[in-house]
Amino acid sequence: MKINRVILSFISALAILLSSSVTSFAKVVGDKIILGSAISLTGKYSSNGVHTQNGYNMAVDRINSMGGVKVGGKTYKFEIIYYDDESNPKRAAQLAERLISQDGVEFMLGPYSSGLTKAIAPVTEKYGVPMVEANGASRSLFTKGYKYLFAVLAPANLYLDVAIDLAVEKNNGKPVTVAMAFEQDAFSQDVRLGVLEAIERTGSKKVIDDKLPKELNDMAATLAKVKAVKPDVLVVSGHTKGALTAVRQIAEMKVDVPMLAMTHCDAAKLSKQHGKNSQYALCASQWHKTLTYKDDFFKDGMTYDADFKKLFDYAPPYQAAESSAALLVFKDAFERANSFDKVKVRDALAATDMQTFYGNIKFAAGGQNVDKPMVLFQVMCDGDKCENKVVAPTKWASAELIHPIPSWSER
Amino acid sequence: MDLLIFQVPILMVQASLDGILLGILFALIAYGMALQWGVMNIINIAQGDLVILGGYITYFMYLSGIHPALGVIVAPAIMYFVGVGLYKLVINKVVDRDLFISILATFGISILFMQLMNFAFGADVVLANSEFGTTMLFNNSVTLPNSKLFSALISIIFAIGLVVYMKKSKLGRAIRATAQNARAAKILGVDTEKVYAATFGINAALCGVAGALVAITFTIHPYMGLPYTIRSFMIVIIAGLGNLPGVAVSGMGLGVFEEFADYILGTEFRIGSVFLLLVLILVYRRFKLSKKREYLK
Repeated sequence: MKINRVILSFISALAILLSSSVTSFAKVVGDKIILGSAISLTGKYSSNGVHTQNGYNMAVDRINSMGGVKVGGKTYKFEIIYYDDESNPKRAAQLAERLISQDGVEFMLGPYSSGLTKAIAPVTEKYGVPMVEANGASRSLFTKGYKYLFAVLAPANLYLDVAIDLAVEKNNGKPVTVAMAFEQDAFSQDVRLGVLEAIERTGSKKVIDDKLPKELNDMAATLAKVKAVKPDVLVVSGHTKGALTAVRQIAEMKVDVPMLAMTHCDAAKLSKQHGKNSQYALCASQWHKTLTYKDDFFKDGMTYDADFKKLFDYAPPYQAAESSAALLVFKDAFERANSFDKVKVRDALAATDMQTFYGNIKFAAGGQNVDKPMVLFQVMCDGDKCENKVVAPTKWASAELIHPIPSWSER
Repeated sequence: MDLLIFQVPILMVQASLDGILLGILFALIAYGMALQWGVMNIINIAQGDLVILGGYITYFMYLSGIHPALGVIVAPAIMYFVGVGLYKLVINKVVDRDLFISILATFGISILFMQLMNFAFGADVVLANSEFGTTMLFNNSVTLPNSKLFSALISIIFAIGLVVYMKKSKLGRAIRATAQNARAAKILGVDTEKVYAATFGINAALCGVAGALVAITFTIHPYMGLPYTIRSFMIVIIAGLGNLPGVAVSGMGLGVFEEFADYILGTEFRIGSVFLLLVLILVYRRFKLSKKREYLK
């Protein structure tokens, strides 16, 4: 009985504390610009949610410590209110509503994943709240005519079309045969559309077009088909599960293809979990530390990588880098707008044209970043140590593409 | 290019073997479900989550440098106690109730397990590499990963072991007696409470074995349990309750059916076609049943 009462009073104290602290926030308080973000700290996206949050936090600290944001002759500092969206789109939309209408937030940072961004975008749009997001690449986000949504990353349809171009180039400009295995979710299907366009553009031919069910963690049938058809390129996209399953089963079934292109290799920690079996896999990435983009805050990719490691004890995946870039974009827009008016900030965002350590940023009318190409890296192993090396576009290539992939009998 | 499987007939061999190996693993999970469904009249929605937990036990063994194949011994040993603990905490309160209550309770357990695993182990997709290699047949045109062969072999060993145990041991006989008539068993001196706890423990242990095999052959993730629950549920439905050999046959049959559906209808209809088959079988059963009733009239 006594314990019950203690628990009850504890909970009510907590509730009072929370309700009183929440209402005190507003868009700009004193010298603080308050940004809001619903982010996946629990649930199935929690690891990437944490990468996103770490990226945001690191950029906030960096910008604040390097002089903050100058608007109207005054210096302001960034602060972010986070809520945990539990990886649930419905919850994310509710939290966006709460951030805007209860907490008075007038500028938002995006959540993790296309699905959650899709849930939040209608809310920010309704209230005319500018949102810079760094983790929603699905093409459908940019075809809805949203005016207040800006994405620092390249849209999903650009993830793997480069691979098809590369294969054609390696085939002396002649068309290639392509086998495709894509999960049935918005993101992977967008990647598929991009690949289909590249196939059409190059006059190539698709020989397998498998749509993998979300529940599936066995690709044996698809790979058996690949073995029988012998395509020039095998393209796989199915988040981390797809990447891990594909590499495991390709090695087990000794499937020989000249080129294997995938997404989510670094999120899947492919080279760590599969070691040498992941060798030669070609992976699409939004960012790589060896790219030579520069800015005043993080200097370049290598410095960002080192600083991030010092703070968080792990190498930054691109999800963290693009999240940091989102804050650089906001800072730049506030200073150019020289105002906290939502419409003026929105217009300044739309006119963004800048370089960050993460890449060039310039938004198309739909809100997607059109000035930053994707990079492809290839897993290359020296003994048991495997590394990701950029092989395309040639401007940043730190190693030459190994093509065709040696057959399993030669490895 | 239509219907590759008819152009390259060797794919039929590959599909059949893949299906059988996959089916045997699913049958093992279904086996546990059939057992506790039959004995306790509980449909365990958390079945797949128990599988994943077993997988994580194996994964952590693998991380600490122990060969993951040993997971098939360690995981069930730990999972048995997890199962007994779950019974004492939750299941014993719903065991005599309506089926719906037990579904709700195990659904709750399922959500709790998912969140706890996510909290404890993180949301990354992981796997355990067994480095077992590959068996090549027919001049390399059919490949069978040894990890899949291993998982089928282990599943068969555990399934046979369970059948023998149920026939010969005292507890096994008590379990069967309770399944037939719990009240009569109680009157005759069987401690049904203990039997229930053991049954749930055995089911969890079987899930542990299956989880270890899933970690070795596929991938694991805290939220990946549900497909295993659904699949084992379907296998039990098709086989019929209390029909253990039927479980093995329907598991393998479903596996092969699924593989062929992939080749013939396309990968996107793979899971859908299995559900369609389930509906057809249920309709057919009902049809047969209604005929029987007419006969009785």
